[in-house]
Amino acid sequence: MLAVVGTIPEADFPLVAGPVELGDRGMVIQGRKIGGTRGTPALLAAACTCLETLRQPVPFGFLVGDTGLGRGSEHLYEYVTRHLGEKAFSAIAFHYILPMVDWHNRVFFALEEMKPRPLLIADAGFMYVAKMSGLAPAYDLFTPDAGEMAFLADEEAPHPFYTRGFILHEENQVPDLIARAYAHDNASRYLLVKGRIDYVADKSGILARVADPTIDALEAIGGTGDTLTGIVSALIAAGYDIVTAAIIATRVNRVAGYLAQPTPATSLQEIVDQIPGALQLILQEHQGKKEITSDLESCLR
Amino acid sequence: MSLFNIWKRKKAPSPAGALIDQGILVFANTSEVIRAESLLKTAGVPIKVMGPPPEIQSGCDLVIQFPLMRKLELLRILEENRLKPLQAVPVTGPLLKPVDLFQVKDFGRYLMVRAANMKLTVDKETRVIVNVSGGGCPDVPYLAYRLVGQTLEQAPRPRDIGHTVCGYALELAFEEMERQCSRS
Repeated sequence: MLAVVGTIPEADFPLVAGPVELGDRGMVIQGRKIGGTRGTPALLAAACTCLETLRQPVPFGFLVGDTGLGRGSEHLYEYVTRHLGEKAFSAIAFHYILPMVDWHNRVFFALEEMKPRPLLIADAGFMYVAKMSGLAPAYDLFTPDAGEMAFLADEEAPHPFYTRGFILHEENQVPDLIARAYAHDNASRYLLVKGRIDYVADKSGILARVADPTIDALEAIGGTGDTLTGIVSALIAAGYDIVTAAIIATRVNRVAGYLAQPTPATSLQEIVDQIPGALQLILQEHQGKKEITSDLESCLR
Repeated sequence: MSLFNIWKRKKAPSPAGALIDQGILVFANTSEVIRAESLLKTAGVPIKVMGPPPEIQSGCDLVIQFPLMRKLELLRILEENRLKPLQAVPVTGPLLKPVDLFQVKDFGRYLMVRAANMKLTVDKETRVIVNVSGGGCPDVPYLAYRLVGQTLEQAPRPRDIGHTVCGYALELAFEEMERQCSRS
C-alpha cells in the first residue's frame, strides 16, 4: 500500500490519517473532501487514479492543512513520527511540507524502525529537508525539476532560493547537475528529473531519457510535476521496480498531457482526467502489445 | 541502508550542519535587535539572539537566529513595525545570495518567468496570471490558488500573503514578470 504524507493548502484542514477514496465527490479522507488540484492534492489525484486503474488498494494519506506558517507541518511531522510504524506500507511518498531539519530527522528514525522498510520517495519540501539533513542517499527516489536539481547539486544551498549562480539551472545542464549531486552525496538512490527531457539516473549516470511526446505547455501548468510524482509512487507501490516505474510514469504523464491538448492556461484536472487512458496505453506498450506513438492521434478523435 | 551506515560514510556532522534550516537577521544597532526580538517572540517565532559569525562584517555585535524557511513572514512582521534588517541570510552560508537569475520563456500568447524553483505564467494579452508552478513549501499551492485568474494589477502580492522562501522566490518572479510585461 502507498502512503502519502503532505499538506493541503487550507488553513482549517485538520490533521487526518486514513484511506483516500476516489468517488463522485472527488477525493475524500475520513469523510472530508480534499479540494484543489495543486501540491499534494495533485499528487494524490494522480496516485488514486493510477491505483484504481491498476486495481491496487487506495493510498493511505497523512494530511494536514498548512498555508505556509508551518504549524500544520509541525503537527504532521510529530504525528507521523509516532504513528507511521503502525501500518505496513510498500512505499511512502513525502511531499509538500515546511522543511524543518530536526523534525525530519525524527521522522527518519521512525522510518528506520519499520520492518520491512518501505521504499521512500520524496519531492517538494520534504525532498529539500532530506537533502538539508545530509540523509538524501537513504531515500530511494527524488523527483526534482531542473531548478531543484541545481539545488541538489549545490552542496552549500539550504534551499533552491539560495542556489549559487554559477550552478546553472538550464535544462541542458541536468546531466552535470546529477553527477555533481551524487558526488556530494546529495541525491537519492535514484533520481527522476522532470523537464522537457525527463531523466532517470543513479550514481552510475543517466539510465534513461524520455522526451516523447514533447508538450511545451506542460512546464507552465502548476501540478504536472506533482502528477508525475503521484504516478511513479503508485507504480512503485504496485510492485514495479523503480527504474521501470519512472520510465512508465514519465510516458504516462506526457501522454496524458498530449491527450488533454493543453495550453499554458489549461487546468491540471483536464490532464488528470486523461491519466487512466494514458496508463492503459503505456502499459500495453510496456508489455510489447502495442507501439503507441502512431496511435496517439487516433486517441484524440 | 541503515542510518548508521549513512552517517558513518558521510563527514562528521558539523555544528553548522544542524543549523542549515536557520537564518540570521543582522541589524544596524543593538536597540533594533532588542525590538525585533520582542516582536518576533510575541508573534510566536522560535528565535535566538547570538553573536554574529565572522563572515558578517556589518551591523552590531548581536544577530537573531530564525527559521530560514519562514523568512518572508518574519520580514513582513518587522516591516509592519518599521524595522528593516541589514541582512537576512542563511546561518551556514552568510555570503549566499538569493537567486538573481531569471529564465523567461515565451509561449506566444503566454509568458513564463522562473526564479529559482518558482514559475509564474501570464497571458500577455490580458495580463491574467494563468498558472503558478514549482516550489516545495506549503504556501505555494495556496499562493497559486490566490493568484491564478487575477491580473498582475489585481493579484495579491506573494510578499503580502506568502510566508516562506518559496513565496519570496515567487515574489521575485512576479516582479520580473511586471518588468517583462511593461516592456511589451
